[in-house]
Amino acid sequence: MTTRAKKTAVLAAVMTVGFGGAAMAEPDLDAKLVINDELEMTTIVEPAPYLDGALDQVISGWHFRDAATRAMEMDDFENPAMNFVEDGLAAWDAVDGTEGKSCASCHGAIEEGMRGVRAVMPKYNEEAGDLWSLEEYINDCRVNRMGAEAWNWDKTPMKVMTAAIGVQSRGMPVNVAIDGPARPYWEQGKEMFYARTGLLQMSCASCHEENYGNYIRADHLSQGHLNGFPTLRLKKGSLVSTHNRLFGCVRDTRAESYPKGSAELKALELYVASRGNGLSVETPAVRP
Amino acid sequence: MRTLFALCAAAVTAFPSILSAETMPRDVMFSDHGEVAESLTGVPGNPEEGFKTATTKSLGNCVACHVANGWKDLPFPGNIGPDLTGVAHRYDEAHLRGILVNSKKTFHETVMPAFYNVDDIIRPGDRYTGKPAKSLDVTILTAQQIEDILALLMTFNEDH
Repeated sequence: MTTRAKKTAVLAAVMTVGFGGAAMAEPDLDAKLVINDELEMTTIVEPAPYLDGALDQVISGWHFRDAATRAMEMDDFENPAMNFVEDGLAAWDAVDGTEGKSCASCHGAIEEGMRGVRAVMPKYNEEAGDLWSLEEYINDCRVNRMGAEAWNWDKTPMKVMTAAIGVQSRGMPVNVAIDGPARPYWEQGKEMFYARTGLLQMSCASCHEENYGNYIRADHLSQGHLNGFPTLRLKKGSLVSTHNRLFGCVRDTRAESYPKGSAELKALELYVASRGNGLSVETPAVRP
Repeated sequence: MRTLFALCAAAVTAFPSILSAETMPRDVMFSDHGEVAESLTGVPGNPEEGFKTATTKSLGNCVACHVANGWKDLPFPGNIGPDLTGVAHRYDEAHLRGILVNSKKTFHETVMPAFYNVDDIIRPGDRYTGKPAKSLDVTILTAQQIEDILALLMTFNEDH
């Protein structure tokens, strides 16, 4: 079937469902994500019980992209984000700050020290008594151990570092904790997910729960999972951080958004990440 | 008389809320089914202006979510909402106006924005900047833009 014919078929189906109808299964769910011909990724899982049936299946955003974009993520030589990962790996070993240390000084080889870290972020930090994103752990090390300046969450040094750390968990299941001390943050994030903000009165769920598989103009709506972040956006040619994307989605409802790195966006990050628990970490994913 | 008022409003843009015959967002009268019988401006809508508003991203951006034969030459219309082809046969003018003004009065849970509404806005923002709104009286479209799109939709007959 041609793309156009497919789309027409989908439209016909949508018309029979009408306003507010169930999302259509247009993504290619038969495609298999295997990275470098060896790392088999889990891109579809059963929803966790705490989603209360909000999703029939948990589907990686990879399935919602066209074949060419999907292929780029399958081969590290084709994945433009791997250049940024290289920069992050170099930064891992680079001494910075007044203490004469690099990340490797304390953590050793990134392949060992950071394996599995990305999969459980954001995470409640007992010592700090707060929910921390990966960026906070990085900045805590930089400021308090290295004597270096904190990085802006949305600038290149931070994004290449989160990409380099994230790729060490590639293929591992996302597994953020939502119970115990994380619970209130998760509850806050859930409330935010369903809050219809801004002049457009749209929530995260308006697009990513009620309408995944449908199109806003040429944009194919996914379920909005975070397992690929930081993600390479082809239209920008750069990495996009988790909080940049969350900020942008709220902004695009014509709302006053939440600052990147804010308590609110961290709570939302936790909740959205938990919806994708079980999906493989795809960092760094490739998106249009 | 209404026309005279409207002309005055067009001439005196500094105090539109005081001098215009436009119905302000909070004064729009809905029927129980979500219809709005009265024109918001008293000035007949212009379907050509309506087309521009409906298909411009920063304005109505109807094409982001709706297919319609009326804009079949535009690339990649979205499919969140229903196909608008022939919509004038399915709804009368009052109901289409009501849906444009605030579709939630007709379809309670719809994701369609209310295009002429200032109530129940959580975290109102300043356009697409992510910053706080400078004014809480802003609507997505003006009253006349609603009437213009309505005039366009009324031309969407059986095969249009």
